Formats: sequence, C-alpha cells, structure tokens
Amino acid sequence: MREKLRSVKLLQGNEACVEGAIAAGARFFAGYPITPSSEIAEGLAERLPQVGGKFIQMEDEIGAMAAVIGASLTGLKSMTATSGPGFSLKMENLGFACMTEIPCVVVNVMRGGPSTGLPTSPGQADVMQARWGTHGDHPTIALAPASVRDIFETTILSFNFAERYRTPVILLLDEIVGHLREKMEIPDPSEIQVVGRKKPSVPPEEYLPYANDASDVPPMANFGEGYRYHVTGLNHDERGYPTSKPEVVAAQEARLLRKIERHRKEIVRFERVALEDAEVAIFAFGSTARSAKLAIQLAREKGVRAGLFRAITLWPFPEEEIEELASRSRILIVAEMNLGQMVYEVERCAHGRAPIVRVNRADGEPITPDQILERILEVAR
Amino acid sequence: MSIYRKYLRLPMFPNIWCAGCGDGIVLKALLRAIDRLQLPQDDVCMISGIGCSSRLPGYVDFNTLHTTHGRALAFATGVKLAKPKMTVIVISGDGDALAIGGNHFIHAARRNIDLTCILFNNLTYGMTGGQYSPTTPSGRLASTAPYGNIEAPFDICRLAEASGATFVARGTTYHATQLDKLIAEGIENKGFSLIEVIVQCPTIYGRKNRLGDAVAMLKWQRDDTIGVKAAEKLSPQELEGKTVTGVLFSRSRPEYCQEYEKIISLAQGKDHLG
Repeated sequence: MREKLRSVKLLQGNEACVEGAIAAGARFFAGYPITPSSEIAEGLAERLPQVGGKFIQMEDEIGAMAAVIGASLTGLKSMTATSGPGFSLKMENLGFACMTEIPCVVVNVMRGGPSTGLPTSPGQADVMQARWGTHGDHPTIALAPASVRDIFETTILSFNFAERYRTPVILLLDEIVGHLREKMEIPDPSEIQVVGRKKPSVPPEEYLPYANDASDVPPMANFGEGYRYHVTGLNHDERGYPTSKPEVVAAQEARLLRKIERHRKEIVRFERVALEDAEVAIFAFGSTARSAKLAIQLAREKGVRAGLFRAITLWPFPEEEIEELASRSRILIVAEMNLGQMVYEVERCAHGRAPIVRVNRADGEPITPDQILERILEVAR
Repeated sequence: MSIYRKYLRLPMFPNIWCAGCGDGIVLKALLRAIDRLQLPQDDVCMISGIGCSSRLPGYVDFNTLHTTHGRALAFATGVKLAKPKMTVIVISGDGDALAIGGNHFIHAARRNIDLTCILFNNLTYGMTGGQYSPTTPSGRLASTAPYGNIEAPFDICRLAEASGATFVARGTTYHATQLDKLIAEGIENKGFSLIEVIVQCPTIYGRKNRLGDAVAMLKWQRDDTIGVKAAEKLSPQELEGKTVTGVLFSRSRPEYCQEYEKIISLAQGKDHLG
C-alpha cells in the first residue's frame, strides 16, 4: 500500500474552495469578477488548465451561469462563483438548471447588501435568496461552511450532491470565511469520496432524460455521446419535449421536489457543540458560528450551560433537528449577520416548544463572541 | 427520398409557427446544409433562446438545448469550450440576440469562438405579439409603437463584423437555396460565424404594417435585396434602400477554443505560447 500524500498548507477560504473543486473533479469554471469572491476565479484560472480543465471569464454574471450549464451538459463538472449583486443576476439561469436538472455548483461569498451594499464587508443576508431567489417552485440545496477545512470539504460535498441529485447546489460562504487564512491538511485523493452522475444504461432510442421512475433522479446522458435529446426550460415530459398537459406537468414538478426531499437525511449536515446538557442553545452558521463557539465556552465559564447547533446545510432546512433542539432547550438564540432571516425557519420548526430570541447585525461588522455572550447571559438570568 | 425525415423529430410536430411564417424555410435550408456537410447527428448541438425561431431545436434530432431569453450564445460558449469537437449552431431571433442578448452577441463574436449563429430577423417580437425590436425599421408600426417606431435599427452584419466575427453573411427566405450555401460556409468557418436571415412574419409584422400576405412579403425580399457582387457595381445612391445579401465579410483570426488548448499546454509545462 502506498503512503498517503497529505500536505499541510496555509490556505485562504476562497483558495480552499478552489482546491476542493479540483479535488471534487471540477473541470469547468465560468465567472465574472466580483468582490469578495474573485480569488476563486483567479485560483481556478490558474489551476484548471493544469488539470486539463477549462476556465472562462464571461461578459457578465448571467452569461457565466449559462456557460456553466452548457459545459455541464457535455459531462464536465462545472461551477461559478460570485457575490450578492452577481448572485441576483444568476437567478434566471439557476432556475433553468433546476428545471432542466443539470448539475452545477454556484458559490456565493456573501457581503453586505442590498444592492451594491458593502462590497468588502461580510454579510449573511442572501440565505433566503438562495432558497427562493429564482422564480417558481423548485428544490434547493445550500451549504454554509465555517472554516477553511470546512470550505474544502463542503465544496466537494456540493459537487457530490449536484451530481447525485442532478441539481444546482449553492455554496454560501461569507466574506469572513472566504478571506480567512487557516492551516489545513489537504487529504490524499484516495481519502476523498467523489461522486459522478448516473449515466443511462439503456440504448439511446429507449432513453428518457426526465423519466418519472422510482429513482426520482433520472440518469443523465452527456451531449455528444450518442444520446440525442432535448433540453428546455419549458415544462416538459419524460422525453424532454415541451408539454402543457396538467397531469404531466404536475408529475414532473412533484418529482423535482421529491428527489431532494426524500434524500433529506443524507443532505442535512450539521455540527452539535456542547448541546447534551445545554439550557441555552444557539443556532448559527458560517462565520457567526465561530463567534458562537467561543461565546458558549465563555458562558460555561460563567456557569451558564450553553450549546451550539451549527447548521452546515441551510437548505433543505434541518426541520426535525430544530424541533428536537427546541424540545430540549429552555431557550433558543438565533445569531445571523442579517436583520432576521433564518430565524423564521427556526421559529417554524420549533413549534413553540421554546422561546426564540435573536442576535442580528447588518452593519458590515461581524457578530462578536461578546455580543452573543451578552445575549446568553441576559436570557439565562 | 426526402432528406428531412432523417433529421426531424416527427412526434414534436405540428410546429408552433403560423401559416406563412418563414422559419420553416430556414429550418429546411439548415438541414440541407448539415446534410451536405455530412455532419454526424451525434456531434451536432443546436442551441436557442426564446422566441418563435428559438423553438427550432425542439424539432430536430440533434443534441438540442432550448435556453433562456437572449442567453443561447452564452450557453453555447460553455458547450463549445467544454467539448470543442461538437459543431455548435445557435438559433436566435432579432429580439433574442440583439436586445436582451446583445452583450453575449458582441462578446461571442469578439472571442471568435467557433459557433455558427443563425439569426432569424423578422423585424419584430412575433411570439409576444409584435412589439418593436432592435431591427424594426424607423417609422414602422408595432404593438408598443402605435404611433410609429422612433428608434433606429441595428445593421446586424456590420455589428457582427465590428465585434470580431470571422464570417458574416446575409440571406433571405426568398433566396432559399442560396441560404444552404451561406449556412454551410458559416459552419465550415473555424470561428464565429453570423448568418442573418431576413424572415417574413406576415401574421404579426406584416399585418400590422399592411405589407400583404407571405407571398407579397417574399416578393418584397426579392425586390428590395441585391447580391453582394451586383452591389459592388452600384454607387451608394443607387444602393439606397437596398439590402445587400451574400457573404459580406470574412477573415482569419485565432479561434478561442484552439487558443485555450495552448493555455492548457502552457499550464502543464508542455509548450510555450507561440
């Protein structure tokens, strides 16, 4: 057996995203310059051709999203990266990828908003846009890592989910984790689980690209490999042909939601910190969860049993886990760098089993451990 | 035997086009061009945006992609760069390619990426009911220009040339057999090719502007156009009001995907940029 080739590096979060993408097998990137995500495009402009992949800087964010989808159709694992204003522009073709079930990864390094907002300051205010930004009913997978290593791993996970479920996956960094530098051990390629898309096993004349079968995720043929089929953003039947027949549209729409819903258990990832005996539980994600981690430690030093539920998967939302958390805790604190977004989901899933209070901030400054600690001590009184 | 059956998805018919529409004439010319070039169907990718002409890829048996409004060239850029061996043909209309998709149009031409864009110019937004488009002539009526259009139209071919395209041609649905040749030449050009096709829309544009039926509009194409060779002999005054058809421009310039292959060699330490 050969020795595992692990290397230790000091990496920036955005750089870890680049390395995670390469490790996941990403071979196509199309993007447009925007702070604070540009390091991802710059890194992939250098790294992709080294591994035989392709990079292109498109004329705008909309075109970048389009090119990513086109490349994915030929079989290349494809991605783009952007930030708030660019994420808004991605929405049109993000919906196209949902509808046509074309795997891709969209990274949004969140900054302050709305509009141009605070280009170099952190924010976590695009979480609802990630869920509902594009029009129509559609499923969403969105992940929010909190450290450099976590970014590396969730980037790989994003590609795996995208390929396995034939869907776009949104990776939500925030400016803090994107620009954070930490020591990270890059695992040996043999230690990384990489998933590819399911290919058709039937001959081309029998292939149904949108089969409504038991698997809910139909096999996907790559363009140019003998399976000639039609892809359209119109509602379509199993062959991919446009249709307005209500029963066909209803069945396809239902399958679209079901294919993610039935795999909720596998998709929903989280970290529980000191929750076993916690009376005060904090819900946080991304860089805010880092502050929360220190805050619960400080609270415990002052005799308050606090714990943290760090959501990694924001969508689909960890519904059961939050209900259980609310049942076990005396009070829940939702800390997020916005003026209150995920708190509504927490409230929905807590079913009134525990009171919920908020820690919010949207002035371009991070939520500090002290800010959370203060709230913990206040509610523990 | 008809060559068309081989390339058509018959279960998709009837098509959505109105009686008298010119889009079907372009479809047939395109299939004749592909047949003449003997392109394997598996290697052809046809991509469109939104509008009447953009429904075309659904009717043909290739790798087909019907995308969002104006974005076909951007999707096509991704397909072509990811799989350069495919022949990528983009079907677009005047509103699709030049208004909402204008940015993608000029940049695809600037990159000289090997795509063939067939731009169906019917001078209006037919599918949505006859609003004025970037090619509606000044003074014409449209559902959003009930008092007459005050905007000036684009000259599509000159726009493509100025943006960097390496093959630029204009045809009409009246000159249907010439169209085969223009499309085939465009596909053969290794770079960005633009073929503008003037297409009659009797139902929406023609009716609104009292231009007569489809036959009358085809005659108007015959009478108001002039071949590029004949046009060379005329003075600008004599050419006034005439639309020039044929291959208007061609040149040789590095193609984007081939240039990117050099980048890969360079990044892998195999070669130096030449």
